[in-house]
Amino acid sequence: MNPRSEPLGSPPLLQVEHLTMRFGGLVAIGDVSFEAANHKITAIIGPNGAGKTTVFNCLTGFYKPSEGRLTLNHPRKGPFLLERMEGFTIPQKADVARTFQNVRLFPAMSVLENLIIAQHNVLMRASGYTLWGLLGLKRFRQAEAEAVDLCRYWLDRVGLLPRADDDAGNLAYGDQRRLEIARAMCIRPVLLCLDEPAAGLNPRESAELNQLLLSIRDEHEIGILLIEHDMSVVMGISDYIVVLDYGRKIAEGVPAAIRNDPTVIKAYLGEAEEDELPEEVAADLARDRAAQAQV
Amino acid sequence: MAETAAKGLDPVAILKEAGLAAFVALMLAVPLAGLETVSAPGGLTINTRWDWVAIAVGSVFVGRLLLILWREQGRRRSGPRLDLDIGENLRTAMPVLAAAGIAFAVVLPFLPFADRRVLDIGILVMTYIMLGWGLNIVVGLAGLLDLGYVAFYAVGAYSYALLAIHFDLSFWVCLPLAGALAALFGYLLGFPVLRLRGDYLAIVTLGFGEIIRIILINWYDLTRGPDGISGIPRPTFFGLDFARSPPPDGHTFHTFFGLDFSPLHRIIFLYYLILVLALITNAFTLRIRRLPVGRAWEALREDEIACRSLGINPRNTKLTAFTLGAMFAGFAGSFFATRQGFISPESFTFIESAIIVAIVVLGGMGSQIGVVVATLVLIAGPELIRELQEFRMLAFGGLMVMIMIWRPRGLLAFRDPTVRLHPAPRRRLGFGRRKPAGSGAP
Amino acid sequence: MEYFLQQLINGLTLGAIYGLIAIGYTMVYGIIGMINFAHGEIYMIGAFIALIAFLVLGILGITWLPLALLLVLLAAMVFTAFYGWTLERIAYRPLRGSPRLAALISAIGMSIFLQNYVQLLQGARVKPLQPVIPGGVVLMEGAISVRFNYIQMMIIATTVVLMAIFSLIIAKTAMGRAQRACQQDQTMSALVGINVDRTISMTFVIGATLAAVAGMMVTLYYGVIDFFIGFLAGIKAFTAAVVGGIGSLPGAMLGGLLIGLIEVFWSAYFTIEYKDVAAFSILILVLMFRPTGLLGKPEIEKV
Repeated sequence: MNPRSEPLGSPPLLQVEHLTMRFGGLVAIGDVSFEAANHKITAIIGPNGAGKTTVFNCLTGFYKPSEGRLTLNHPRKGPFLLERMEGFTIPQKADVARTFQNVRLFPAMSVLENLIIAQHNVLMRASGYTLWGLLGLKRFRQAEAEAVDLCRYWLDRVGLLPRADDDAGNLAYGDQRRLEIARAMCIRPVLLCLDEPAAGLNPRESAELNQLLLSIRDEHEIGILLIEHDMSVVMGISDYIVVLDYGRKIAEGVPAAIRNDPTVIKAYLGEAEEDELPEEVAADLARDRAAQAQV
Repeated sequence: MAETAAKGLDPVAILKEAGLAAFVALMLAVPLAGLETVSAPGGLTINTRWDWVAIAVGSVFVGRLLLILWREQGRRRSGPRLDLDIGENLRTAMPVLAAAGIAFAVVLPFLPFADRRVLDIGILVMTYIMLGWGLNIVVGLAGLLDLGYVAFYAVGAYSYALLAIHFDLSFWVCLPLAGALAALFGYLLGFPVLRLRGDYLAIVTLGFGEIIRIILINWYDLTRGPDGISGIPRPTFFGLDFARSPPPDGHTFHTFFGLDFSPLHRIIFLYYLILVLALITNAFTLRIRRLPVGRAWEALREDEIACRSLGINPRNTKLTAFTLGAMFAGFAGSFFATRQGFISPESFTFIESAIIVAIVVLGGMGSQIGVVVATLVLIAGPELIRELQEFRMLAFGGLMVMIMIWRPRGLLAFRDPTVRLHPAPRRRLGFGRRKPAGSGAP
Repeated sequence: MEYFLQQLINGLTLGAIYGLIAIGYTMVYGIIGMINFAHGEIYMIGAFIALIAFLVLGILGITWLPLALLLVLLAAMVFTAFYGWTLERIAYRPLRGSPRLAALISAIGMSIFLQNYVQLLQGARVKPLQPVIPGGVVLMEGAISVRFNYIQMMIIATTVVLMAIFSLIIAKTAMGRAQRACQQDQTMSALVGINVDRTISMTFVIGATLAAVAGMMVTLYYGVIDFFIGFLAGIKAFTAAVVGGIGSLPGAMLGGLLIGLIEVFWSAYFTIEYKDVAAFSILILVLMFRPTGLLGKPEIEKV
């Protein structure tokens, strides 16, 4: 309960234990356990349909897990058992933010409004649950000014400051992706779950994203959980990788280890010939190195 | 013009198309327009009206022909289309328009043509505008399609009537009570159903509206059923009656102010009453839109899942919208009761709900001025043209369809951000065609 | 017991009618995901066309009952089908891809339009029709005898036959396959060469023909119709579709029967004044606690 910086041996930010999710007879996730730490980027990778997004949906309360325990050890507020919390209270109380595979902005609202809405709960309290706000009390106006300052900070970080008053729906795709990340950061999360943030980005945007994520990791009290298909992103920035296949965890480890893990390679390439693999991996490696060199 | 347009088209294809439309029209018209059931001594008999069928088929043929040609012409003509710019230009002219509109509404009773009928229409229009603004919170901002809004209007009207009659309370005491009761109903009804989405919510609210009406019809002891409640006290001007003869030891409105008695005084008073109520509703909505809860409503309308991921409680947020919307319907309902002096369940049918929803959606969801424009088009228009009375609802239904096809987002669908980082770009006031710089797509 | 049996028969008859209308709702919802708000008016129009057809046949002197019934049935189905087709063409097709609310408003507008259209053309007064199929079988004699009227038999039999034909169409024909494909995924269906527009049109046409049958049955059964019958019947049939599980054809029929039975028994054993409240309450309860209905597939929220 006490505010503390992380001493050695303290529990990791997120502990997923024996997570299982069934839809009818279908097992989308079977007995998956992993951890995610503060100031680290943990990537969840796996072929299509491996259950990655389902893990996110369980973590952020969109699905109730069939079994398992999801503990968030909030650095300031203590532990939360996420599987017991009602969906919207997870971002509200446990400070877990997420983005979506198909960007979910508020398209008819301005960029700035998108970010202000992320601070809804803070502003609601400041507006005396609307009452003080209606009366136009100073307290609310101050809180709103602070909220706008936070928005300005994040808009600057993602390079969208000049577009602040445009409709979010009018932004280019890459901008929308970054706006969604900025919006998630505006709830001041301790855990940020990013669902394929690099999907649909061009190489330059992708490199910028890597840099953004790395700086978020280093500058804020936050752990990042990342679902990604783009291996240059995954290998380039993640500190730890969890590999899922058909709803099961088949491997975990640091990027270098995962890259050469035969089970992982097999899961990705199916029944491909063994001798094809090294070239594929080598190409990957070369690309990753190049990406890192840029960084 | 038509010549050049037709050049690119195959005349045979056009004729075939128009012929097909005419054939469909024939099949539609024959049974219902061509054959009329009329009562005769031995039961029903049939009266034929082949001329009607001929007219219908002919006009559909010509109409379809013209439509094809017109469309083709529109396609050929390059350049910006007029209707795309309406919203953009109005946005700039908005403050001026709003001020002018309010000014006109304020001076209306003193204009030379403002006779009893004009004022009555004015009151009717303002009532619908107020209802539209109230429902705009629910449908326009929060995106909850409420097809039972009239139920809250009814609750307000009956609350006022019953409170005023049984407890002898004045209008000014009853008004907030009626609003509170309607809001309570909104809360209680909204609580279980607001997790439903879209069409399901629409049909459930419709069901609630009908249930309330059926209860009003059948709970005779309380509501006097289909007979309705009459003798509802009229409002007073701070205690001053609008009667012709003053009570023995007091004043009425006209004696107090030393005016000659005129039955118009009460009408004018009612007009200003509803004007003020409506403007309060408007001011409230404009203000709450800039508060966190208002922004959350709009966000919910845009994407509920994203809202949940940001820690917004969807149910509570929707409930506040539903409850507040109901409250304004309650206010409007008590005004309705005091204006009419008589209410019965007949005034609160589904069609009323449909009209109010239509006003909001046709106006452009969430657009306050859109509500005004839509009310003028849908209510004042048919009301002013007396000859149309018989066709009023027919025209009304047809207008709903046509406006939706023409502008699926409503007549004046635009919104301004509730908060800005950069000052709003200064646009040229007026109705030019040029798009402001940096607005993106051509 | 006799009373109960009698109500059962009445309920099944009413339920069959609701079921026929409900199919229209369920099919349209299945394919374009919208409540066809004007479907109740289509049913009302079917009833009017049936009534007019009867009168015309009477004037023409065709009085042999089976032939007359068949002709009326055909006339009602064909002419009403045109209304269904036109409805889709005018009020729905231009709005495909627009905000859902727009299509719903346009459908409500169409519903208001059609109601007033019929009122203007045919008059606002209630239209009576002398019983066409009188008589019936007395199943049980007693203080309250249980009658199974011929008209009730006909309604139930027609409904069963139509359901059978209709299920065959959906299951076996190319059109049925196209229909089911469009329910799953319209874009994909278009890509594999299905004419989506025509399939949607056909869905409205089929819904309208079945509603026309229901309209004809109601005209025969009650002997009075007016321009306003579409509204309530529409809502109840929609309730039936929801109770059965929207998108499911057997569900629509089952839901129709349930709503018919509930309404009749409620009127018989509780209060007749509140019989409509029964239907609405069921609608609300089902949507609240089992929005997928009895036979519908559960929906997993896509995030």
